[in-house]
Amino acid sequence: MRLSTPIALAAMGGVFSERSGVFNIGLEGMMLFGALAAVMGSHYLGGPWMGLLGAMLVGGAIGLLLAYVSVGLGANQIVSGVGINLLALGMTTFVARMVLRPAGVEQVPAFQIVAVPYLARVPLLGPVVFTQTPLVFITLLLAPALALFLFTTPWGLAVRATGELPRAADTAGIHVSLVRYFGVIASGVLAGMGGAFLSLGQLNLFSENMTAGRGFIALAAVIFGKWHPLGALGASFLFGAAEALQLFIQTYNLGIPYQLPTMLPYVLALVVLGGFVGRSVAPAAAGVHYGREDR
Amino acid sequence: MNGRALAGRLLPVWAVLVALLLGMVPVGLAGVNPAAAYEEILRGALADVYGFATTLVKTTPLLFAGLGIAVALRAGLVNIGAEGQIYMGGLAAAVVGLSVHGLPSVVHVPLALLAAGAAGGVWALVPALLKVGRGVSEVITTLLMNYVAIYLVSFLAGGPLMEPGAPYPYSRPLDAAAQLPVIIPATDAHAGILLALALAGFLHLIFGYTAVGFRVRMAGANPAAAAYAGVRVHATLVAAMVASGALAGLGGASEVMGLKHRLFDAFSPGYGYDAIIVAFLGAGQPLAVVATAFFFGALRSGADTMQRSLGFPSRSSSRFRGSPCCSSPPAWPCRDGSSAGRGDGRRSPRRCRPPWPQG
Amino acid sequence: MTPRGPETAPGALPSVDILRMEGITKRFGPVLANDRVTLAVRRGTVHALLGENGAGKTTLMNILFGLHAPDEGRVLLRGRPVEIRSTREAIRRRIGMIHQQFTLVPPLTVAENIVLGLPPRRGVFLDLRRVEREIESLSRAYGLDVDPRLPVWALPVGMQQRVEILKALYRRADLLILDEPTSVLTPAESEALFAIIRRLVAEGHSVVFISHKLEEVMRISDTITVLRHGRVVDTVRTADTTPAELARMMVGRDVVLRLFKGPPRAGGPALEVDDLHAVGDRGLPALRGVTFTVARGEILGIAGVDGNGQAELAEVIAGLRRPTAGRIRIDGRDVATPAGRRAVADRLAYIPADRGRFGVILDFTIAENLALKAFHRPPFSRGPVLDRSRIIDHARALAERFDIRMNSVLQPVRQLSGGNQQKVVLAREMSGEPVLIVAVQPSRGLDVGASEYVLRTILEQRDRGAGVLYISMELDEVLGLSDRVAVLYGGEIMGIVRPGDARLEDISLMMAGSLRTAQTAAPAQ
Repeated sequence: MRLSTPIALAAMGGVFSERSGVFNIGLEGMMLFGALAAVMGSHYLGGPWMGLLGAMLVGGAIGLLLAYVSVGLGANQIVSGVGINLLALGMTTFVARMVLRPAGVEQVPAFQIVAVPYLARVPLLGPVVFTQTPLVFITLLLAPALALFLFTTPWGLAVRATGELPRAADTAGIHVSLVRYFGVIASGVLAGMGGAFLSLGQLNLFSENMTAGRGFIALAAVIFGKWHPLGALGASFLFGAAEALQLFIQTYNLGIPYQLPTMLPYVLALVVLGGFVGRSVAPAAAGVHYGREDR
Repeated sequence: MNGRALAGRLLPVWAVLVALLLGMVPVGLAGVNPAAAYEEILRGALADVYGFATTLVKTTPLLFAGLGIAVALRAGLVNIGAEGQIYMGGLAAAVVGLSVHGLPSVVHVPLALLAAGAAGGVWALVPALLKVGRGVSEVITTLLMNYVAIYLVSFLAGGPLMEPGAPYPYSRPLDAAAQLPVIIPATDAHAGILLALALAGFLHLIFGYTAVGFRVRMAGANPAAAAYAGVRVHATLVAAMVASGALAGLGGASEVMGLKHRLFDAFSPGYGYDAIIVAFLGAGQPLAVVATAFFFGALRSGADTMQRSLGFPSRSSSRFRGSPCCSSPPAWPCRDGSSAGRGDGRRSPRRCRPPWPQG
Repeated sequence: MTPRGPETAPGALPSVDILRMEGITKRFGPVLANDRVTLAVRRGTVHALLGENGAGKTTLMNILFGLHAPDEGRVLLRGRPVEIRSTREAIRRRIGMIHQQFTLVPPLTVAENIVLGLPPRRGVFLDLRRVEREIESLSRAYGLDVDPRLPVWALPVGMQQRVEILKALYRRADLLILDEPTSVLTPAESEALFAIIRRLVAEGHSVVFISHKLEEVMRISDTITVLRHGRVVDTVRTADTTPAELARMMVGRDVVLRLFKGPPRAGGPALEVDDLHAVGDRGLPALRGVTFTVARGEILGIAGVDGNGQAELAEVIAGLRRPTAGRIRIDGRDVATPAGRRAVADRLAYIPADRGRFGVILDFTIAENLALKAFHRPPFSRGPVLDRSRIIDHARALAERFDIRMNSVLQPVRQLSGGNQQKVVLAREMSGEPVLIVAVQPSRGLDVGASEYVLRTILEQRDRGAGVLYISMELDEVLGLSDRVAVLYGGEIMGIVRPGDARLEDISLMMAGSLRTAQTAAPAQ
């Protein structure tokens, strides 16, 4: 559950971005920025909630940057995303070394584990499911909320239409670019939250490149979850479970070098994509720039 | 050509300029005069033989991988897996270099390179087959394959292939016959760059002047029309992807055989990712990729000098291994000195527009 | 040439005109799409906008709908000058447009498509249930008969068009623009559409009906404005004009409505198709046991409404889609195996419906496109090396023979006009003296001159001795050009008839799937 949360948050971000028609490979970098921003926010602004806020703001800002480059300027979405990732890795490492280390910031105030009254006492399930940091609960609530947004509100409908057939959305009076900006920024906010969970919900510190590919696993979860927030959540549990399993193997030191189990989530993602998803139906216009005049 | 098209052509130039400007911000924040920083980069990269050699060293893997990505690009595929293919190529070259002895260099070097190309090719084959067979986007699969490759190398360099008693995970040195010769005396510059340049020329001829290149470009530009004209599109795409992986694999091999002479854990500091930008900025044209790879190689080597002479914090001596959930080693670690200031936006690709229309 | 029709004579109250467009000019680069166009539409009438492809009809309406900004001129809506900068504004001003290419999102339901872009109905929610009820009653009121809960992709084309109309009505549009609405319909569906239009007008709506078909304009409209080369030729009352007069205005000269063609001299079989089955893109059966023969020297037309297996049939024969069962022989050779396919590749010419997707590679040069099928063989290649000068010489020769207008053969095909792109396809496909030509809507999107050229080329090839499979959704075109006509419905052939012998009604019934004839006209000998 703990391990799934950051992936799930980022994956939901991916769902938003891709539903609006932007393939967001920059999730990884957005998470990384979020992780750093959360630590800094928590340390300098007082408390994990400020850290979360900081992560969301920074994630959103990076989303804005990606949206400007890929939607506004029409640059290739994949290259833009790779750029975000490189920028994130360099910038966070740089800031961490230049700012955090000299200031001696290591452990920062983090989220405490909360038990949900009553439910936590449910045997077996209670301690596992209902005794978590608040972010886990937020994530669990966020998934259905986002699903409701996407599937029952006019704005969600606009997002879906924009990702499928922007021309149709355009003629229906929807501002295609605006919707895509929104989708990418939302994905940045969510990925930022995912990063915040990574640094504040698990370790209470920032380490270089601490996302280690979770943003890419999240992309796989988007596909496996069939571009649905709840599906993405479910897929994230699967990948989270794989990570838990590999940690278990490491912790109990079964004599297997740590690198082999570490591969597990990635291999699982590959197998899932290749073997079980089949020809998946992505939003038809995901990855395609929309310009009205060039037809 | 109208103004807009011209602006489109100049976009990559703008991208680099803007990125360079943006790069000044964190440098300035760190209390260093940005102009001085860039001057140092320039000096470090080009001013003396040593700097130039370092630039060549950094250019080599970027060029190999950049060419590989360019080949995929011409076939309409996006290969984000060059990093993993570099690792697999390096690994295969190291295995051949470590396990085979007694061969003359003229046999041993090609053998190791061949193995590296095959390993990189195989690493690209999996995403290619998933793409044509199951319709899975190669973007994600190549990315995931990167991690598998990096951990595999990490495991081998720190386990079965590790030199006994070594302080860090690395292997014994390669058989001398499997090492690439140095081309500028007293520097690190090795013959890998010559091979890469030769391949760039070769690819230029292939794409410009042969039926094979024409076929690949057709499959990339319009698969439906290509299929009608008798091109076996799926086979062509798979072949292009494998070639792409093989080129990146050679990049890994040249790094191991030319520079490090051992298999190190995490030996590529993200060359495969930089190479994506190299290839896109070079618009998939082999000769243009030579130029962009050199530019990024110079940035990398210059950045090292800048750090040293301007007193940026040096690279971290030990890699962080946190509590269990982060026990995985950093995936694209800033290991070999390009750490601080690395992501200051210089090599962000942000505005490059691919040379072909999208959609 | 006066752009003013009788109904805009002095004295007419401006308020009677729901729409006036005055002096509209629009340029696309060097192309003048609309040249000082003036149009007045009276409330409660059907106003037809008649003209050939490329005459500027759609551009004019896109300006009205906020998709393009005019370079000059002004628009008056309900007597007041307006500037419509976006579709949103057009919708707000109660204009509804039904595009030629539908703007429906296939995976979404009818109801979702209809409320797309509208504010929420209850709190922040769409409240689709309520919307569905409203659509149902609206649908009943106008006799549209649409189920709002179905996803759009599951609806036949005629139904999708009604969804478009509902979408406009749901937004309270009272000025409806229909862009070539019948081009995708069977004759029977067109009748139903006309009934709907009459009902709309009776309820006080105004309709702009864009078309290039004379007869239907004569039948449905009250007033007709004829456009040619971006200019208004004239505006006339339908009751006061004749099809011949309209045709003259459209084309600028007396049109030869029938292509001159001699009797066919059918030879041996060019194409034999036997019990062919194939599935479409969605995995559903698209061809179900199709059997026919095309003789050398004859044109077999395939008539039918779009989406009844035409595209799949052409693709299977061209080797782009694998049949699930059945046999195809081209020039007597079975093409089931790759070897068989390769053997006939040069004797088969394919002119696809979607040039940009199948016919040419837009980013390749003209020379490269002309060598697309034979680049790997002599004379274009020696061993693995391309002979660029031969490729260029070959392209120059073909460009001259087929009158391709261009600056250089090294230009990308993307820069050519549609007609010239089609000439590139024709030049490549026809230069090999094919035995079989598969042409799918080869004149679509071309102006009169270019489409005449295309059809003439096809006739020449027939007279040279090629067998032609001519697939088109335009019934008139198929009947005019073909020696025999097969009607395709639901992936099956409903009958093969000779255009002169069959009654139009029967063909129309076959197109709708309600008549199947056992008779099969044999190729003329």
